[in-house]
Parts: sequence; C-alpha cells; structure tokens
Amino acid sequence: MNVLEFIRSFFSDGSHWHGYDGIPQRVWEHVQYSASALAIATAIGLPVGLVTGHTGRGGNALAFVSSAARALPTFGLLVLMFVWLGIGITPVMIPLVVLAIPPVLITTYEAVRNVDPSPVDAARGMGMPEGKILLQVEVPAALPLILSGLRSAAIQIVSTATIAAYVSLGGVGRYIVDGLYQRNYEKVVGGATLTAVLALLVLVLFWAVARVAVSPGVRRRRTA
Amino acid sequence: MIAIEDVSKRYADGTVAVDRLSLQIPDHSITVLVGPSGCGKTTTLRMINRMVEPSSGTIRINGEDIRSRPVNALRRSMGYVIQNAGLFQHRTILDNIATVPRLLGWSKERARARAAELMERVGLDPGMARRYPYQLSGGQQQRVGVARALASDPPILLMDEPFSAVDPVVRRGLQEELLRIQEELGKAIVFVTHDMDEAITVGDRVAVMRTGGKLAQFASPDELLSSPADAFVEEFLGADRGIRGLSFLSTRELTLDRTAVFPVGADWQEIAGRADAPAQVLVTDAAGRPLGWADPTAWGGEVEALEPHGQTFEVGRDSLRVALDRAVLSPTGRAVAVDGAGQVLGVAGQETIAAAIRAARRQRAADSEPGPSQVKAAR
Repeated sequence: MNVLEFIRSFFSDGSHWHGYDGIPQRVWEHVQYSASALAIATAIGLPVGLVTGHTGRGGNALAFVSSAARALPTFGLLVLMFVWLGIGITPVMIPLVVLAIPPVLITTYEAVRNVDPSPVDAARGMGMPEGKILLQVEVPAALPLILSGLRSAAIQIVSTATIAAYVSLGGVGRYIVDGLYQRNYEKVVGGATLTAVLALLVLVLFWAVARVAVSPGVRRRRTA
Repeated sequence: MIAIEDVSKRYADGTVAVDRLSLQIPDHSITVLVGPSGCGKTTTLRMINRMVEPSSGTIRINGEDIRSRPVNALRRSMGYVIQNAGLFQHRTILDNIATVPRLLGWSKERARARAAELMERVGLDPGMARRYPYQLSGGQQQRVGVARALASDPPILLMDEPFSAVDPVVRRGLQEELLRIQEELGKAIVFVTHDMDEAITVGDRVAVMRTGGKLAQFASPDELLSSPADAFVEEFLGADRGIRGLSFLSTRELTLDRTAVFPVGADWQEIAGRADAPAQVLVTDAAGRPLGWADPTAWGGEVEALEPHGQTFEVGRDSLRVALDRAVLSPTGRAVAVDGAGQVLGVAGQETIAAAIRAARRQRAADSEPGPSQVKAAR
C-alpha cells in the first residue's frame, strides 16, 4: 500500500469523521492549541520587537535570547515541563511559545529597524509624537515583513503542536502517536496529512490578511 | 525672523559641526545655507526645529527662545522638506499632504480639502490625489513633499537639500515653482544646498559656510558673485562667477537692432538692392514671431533655406546672462529678443551685449549701494 492509498482509506473511513477522536474534534483542538500559542508568542514578541526596532537599541540582547530559545529542543522542553508540571495544557504551551517567539521577535525588530529612515525623519520633523511615528509610519511600512515573521511562527507552531499528543492531549498529533503505537500506518499518514493541510491553510490565511492589512502603496512597491 | 545667536554644536567625539554661528534669517525671503559637505549647514537647519539640540547658544523666533515651547508644537509650526521627500509609502498623496493638519486636530474632511488645495498650488494634477507615492516620479514626489510642508500654512519653511536627488531639468522646474510659490506666500524659507548655482538661483540671501561650521559670508547672491569675502568663497563660487553674475543684470536697457528684422512677405529684391543691405536678416512670420536667419542676396524673391534662429530671450524677464548665451550660440552671433508674447523686438549682437554689461557695471559702481535692483534670473 502506498501513501496515497493510506490517505484515501483514512479519509474515506466514516468512523474518522465523528466522535471525540473524529477529525473535526482533533482539528478543532489543534487549532485551539496553535492559536493560543501564537497569541501568547505575539503578545510577548511583537511589542518587544516593535519597541527595540523603533529605538534601535537592544539588538544584541535580542539576538542572544533568540538563539538561546532556538537552541532549546522543543521535544525535550515538553518532556521536562510535563515531568515538572504534570498533565495539562501549560507543558504544551511553553515549548510552543518558546519556539514561536524568535521568528516573531527578530523579524519584527529587523522589519522596523530597516524601514526607510527618511519618512521617519520627515514625520519627526513635522512634529509627530514617537508613538504615532511607530504605529502610523514604521509599522505600516514594516507590515509585510512583520506578517511574514508571524506566518513562520504560525507554521512552526501548527506543525509542532502534534507533540501535544505525547502528553495525553488532543490535536491531530493524536493520530500520529496512536497510529505509531497501534502500528496503524493509515492513521499516522492521515495525521501527517492533516498537519500539512493545516500548515497550508495558515499560509492562505496570512496571504489573505496581508491583502487586507497592507496598504497598496507598500504592497505594490515590494512586488514591483 | 529667526535669530541664530552664537550657536555651536559639538558632538561627544569632539567633532564640531557648527562653531559659534550667528545669523539673522529675515521673514518673507529665502535664505540659503550653502557649503561643502561637513560644513554644518544641515545641522544648522535641524537645530531650528530641534531635530538637533545646540551645545551652546540660542535660537529665537520673533524674539522667543525655541526651547520655550513643547518640541512637537514647535515642529508643527514649521514646514519641513527633506531630500527624497520622505513620503509615507502607505498613504495616498492626499493623505500624505494632510499629515500636519491631522496632527493639529483638523477633521479628515477639512484636512483633505486643504490638501487638495495645496496639490493645485504646487502644480500637481488633482487626479493624483488617490495615488500612492511609488506611482509618482521623483520630481512629483518632491512637489508632494513641499505641499505637505505647506499644509498648515506655517510661517517658516525648512528645506534640507530638497531638490538634490532629481535630475537637472526637473530641478530647474522645481526651483522655478518654489520661487513662484514664494512670490504668492512670502514665507521665511531656510534652504540648504551644496550646489552654489541652486543657492544663487533661489536665494534672496546666501550664507556660505566652510568646513568646521563657520560662516564665511552672508550676502545677496549678486554681492556674493561680485565681491566674495575671501579665497574660500571665491573658489566655492567656481570659475565662471563673472558670467554667473550677469544673471543679476537686466536686459531692459539693452539696445536692440530692428533694421535686420523683416516679415516673411517683404520685398527681398528691394532689400538686397540697398546700399546698406544687411548680410543676414531675421525673417519673422506674419504675427512677428521669428522664423530664422536668411541672406537676402542669396536668393531672389522667395524665402527658402532659413538658418535656425536658436533660442530667444525675453526682454525684461531674462538676464544679460541669457542674452549673451543666446548670442554666443546664434549662427550669426546675434541673439533674438522677444516680448512676452514671443514677438520679435529686435536682435542684439555680442558687442552690443558686452557694451550693456559695461554700462550696467558702471551704473552699479556709481550707485555703490547694491540696492534693490535684484533681477532674479529664473532661467
């Protein structure tokens, strides 16, 4: 049986479409874990990246923190947190957030820092307060890059959120973990496919957000 | 009036950008700060809106120390134009121009109405209102930059190398536009450039600064060209300052020769037969506009094979520099003088122009005072 066969039989099996172990339920759990982790990572990484990017200070510290965070093995961190905190959502959230902060933080910092300095100088010279310079001049210009940082973070989270299943939680990782345990490869491939589809959906979602949020004046200039 | 009083700027590493500079910048005129790079001209400009804080000294506007007001209120009371315009790429042209009115708390409608008014003032097509900066040429972007600086009708305009990044033809157009706008609005404009030609073209007063942030000379362009204060200023003015100085001499007093100008329907046999028949005549059309040079003896009856007359100069509007330039380029050595409607008033040869230059110089020496006889040569 090849992979396509596995996929076909997994998705055509009616029992996979309802109940607590059904695809809708598992996908919903997966989306919940991912969205929460992304929200927390953004809440931490975005403001810090914006402020450091605007002031241009703290770049070295950021680079250090980020490489340290990237060096942490996500799976190892999960096991450590599980041993330490026991069953629950927190041991899953911590590694996911740690995974997602570096792309959000570093990309935001770089995006704001690399905004063309002349509109910023013009804005300051016209008497625009610093907060407005950041939010009305720098962020709109840096938005495509900031969104790309959030997008990488989101994709990493969605693919990695499968680890929740290792510590008895749900999500589409359930199929992979259970499938491996039961030697049910149809399930393993099904879970992997769902993960991939979710990652693609994240791409589509961010593309749509960029279409709406990024000004045509900035967007067309970048593609020109 | 902006009074710069004994102002210095020293940086922590010991470099002195501006050294004990004192300068009175009058209202309703364009004051140009010019000098080589590192002479502190931009620093001086940026100290006026407190983008740079002086290390010592005081800057007053109408007697009031600029530090006595909140910095953002001070900046909103002055227009600020920079090189490359510094437009907000994510905002439409209209919203770019409306920036300062919006900061001042105007409603969106009022700010946009004002912005539309300004687009017209700086010579921008109203159809551009909804476009984004990337869709405009460099020259158009700079016009938007000027419009944005004028949006709240500030009495002071600070311009930091505003036209340095555009090509010479566009720059000339922008300079003319600035002079036209200034004629209408009469702002106190501080204009920084490294280009002496630009300084002389736009400036009512020119402050020449030297490396190390010292003032070398502060004078009218005319005075600067005729009597540079020292060797530095003279060198900075360049080799052709004598020719450039002609920009300030009017063509109004120039003696024009009408005897060699004939309409296209003239009796050529008769003209060619005259004893004092000119070798080259300027042929005009029925409306009096120039067609070209011709030799009446070379052909019988019909006008043919006209030599191009080249560019003309407008009496009163163009300077002796332009007249001389046209004469030098003319195939006959004579420049064609026209009025505002383009009709030929006469021709002037190089010798005639040279005589006019000598006469103007004598007149000037007799007046001794530079006086208000400033003919601003826009071309």
